[in-house]
Amino acid sequence: MGHITFIEHNGNQHPVDIEVGKSLMKLAIENAVPGIDADCGGQCACGTCHVIIDDNWFSNAGNITEEETLILDMTPEKADTSRLSCQISTTEAMDGMLVRLPEFQM
Amino acid sequence: MNILSPVIEKSAALIPIHLQIKSAHILQKVKQCVIKSKSAPVFIETLIPDVTSLALEDIDVSNPFLFRQNRWQSYFKRLRDECPVHYQKNSPFGPFWSITRYEDIMFVDKHHDLFSAEPIISIGGQPEGLAIETFIAMDPPKHERQRQAVQGVVAPKNLKEMESLIRARAEDVLNNLPIGEPFDWVQEVSIELTSRMLATLFDFPYEERHKLAYWSDVAASSPESTGGTGSIDESFRVAAQVAKEFSQLWHDKEAKKAAGEVLGFDLISLLLANEHTKDLINRPMEFLGNIVLLLVGGNDTTRNSMTGGVHVLNQFPEEFVKLKNDPGLIPNMVSEIIRWQTPLAYMRRVAKQDVQLNGQTIKQGDKVVMWYVSGNRDERAIDLPNQFMVDRKNARKHLSFGFGVHRCMGNRLAEMQLRILWEELLKRFEHIEVVDSPQFVQSNFIKGYTKMMVKVTAKTS
Repeated sequence: MGHITFIEHNGNQHPVDIEVGKSLMKLAIENAVPGIDADCGGQCACGTCHVIIDDNWFSNAGNITEEETLILDMTPEKADTSRLSCQISTTEAMDGMLVRLPEFQM
Repeated sequence: MNILSPVIEKSAALIPIHLQIKSAHILQKVKQCVIKSKSAPVFIETLIPDVTSLALEDIDVSNPFLFRQNRWQSYFKRLRDECPVHYQKNSPFGPFWSITRYEDIMFVDKHHDLFSAEPIISIGGQPEGLAIETFIAMDPPKHERQRQAVQGVVAPKNLKEMESLIRARAEDVLNNLPIGEPFDWVQEVSIELTSRMLATLFDFPYEERHKLAYWSDVAASSPESTGGTGSIDESFRVAAQVAKEFSQLWHDKEAKKAAGEVLGFDLISLLLANEHTKDLINRPMEFLGNIVLLLVGGNDTTRNSMTGGVHVLNQFPEEFVKLKNDPGLIPNMVSEIIRWQTPLAYMRRVAKQDVQLNGQTIKQGDKVVMWYVSGNRDERAIDLPNQFMVDRKNARKHLSFGFGVHRCMGNRLAEMQLRILWEELLKRFEHIEVVDSPQFVQSNFIKGYTKMMVKVTAKTS
């Protein structure tokens, strides 16, 4: 079984086992990775599960919908490889992926 | 009909905005006398009946006294249980749908493709001749352009810079409260702290900060929009005053920018620095709209949560004990206070097409009101919703900030202000006792307090 590593803004790393089909947001919350609020519970409606995918892994994270882009645009912390972790379904191909947490959730 | 905007948009570049508003005011008065155009509704308070005595179709939750008379809980519970998507066809604000369950509210809030936020988010319209344009009431993509220009002012990074200032001001206000003597918490703490905050966000002259709270109150209290106690003359007077003083502030900052000075992170400076908004002053209704939105958004909401928190901890004293034993619960309690208070009771939308929702057909063009205040007490989504719990699980799940593209921009600022207030309160006071029944705002939109007498007891150790 592979793993995904969440990196907090202060550099702390949290390797987490992949559970195929589970959202990246749920994976982080269930493994007590700090820095994700997910106020709307995973409905792409609040922007508080924002993560920044490592450049090399961005294409593995799947497509972005127009709705997700609208919500991401609301955060001043948005980077080129920003995603809402509730909109990413984890796959085996994500083994080794690095996911950075922004300094603040909006 | 909007008589002001066309006049203003054309003459914008030539005549100062406040003078244009004055002319529009005169025009509006003349129209009112000569052609007897529609005048604002007048609301006279009568006793609201027990909801069980009414037929479903007669339930009208737009009544601006529902909160003041503390009848709202039973009214909304009946709608949630018996008719969660409810049509009221003859309110003083015209016909409208009420959405009262958590999940349905989430659906409407998320679907900006089905429900438009235009032209305004109150149940009623805006005062005739004074229709401001604000991004809370704009649909994509115009909404994003305007919001993105100003959201930096309340971005967490900016807030971090402000935290010590906010704390120093809170300390100052709390250190000067009378100990053991009754005083009005609304005036002395809630209004004082939010006015100081607004002055900082706008870089507005600090000694004149009380004007900001007054302007915000007038802007949010028009009877035709929310059933408030305002008057059209006062609204015009204040609009002209806001336009005059903020235009002045704008021109001062613009001159500084032209002289090569580095601008700050206040609202006007951010608008001036953004490509889409640097000429906003030439679009007066948008200019005014942005100012008023941030005034109201940063004022009533936090103010009433500051009062509501003290009030609810008096109703649940065991929760106050729990909090004192573990001040680490403050951030979680802040979310719970915001749920409990729901300082803005709803947001209104207009259906862009026919929509089926929970067994009802909402027709294109119908007004749809998302009652956050009801969704926040929905037993289907929130465990023991009428229980205030400082340690509630998933306390952040409340609807008070809305969801979707219009989600509250200042949520982190609000949370920070409330957190700091409670951190500083717990350091100083053993008890904050509400000594008389609080008084409430007349409005169907602002769920808030006009007065709450309290007595504080200093901590002994």
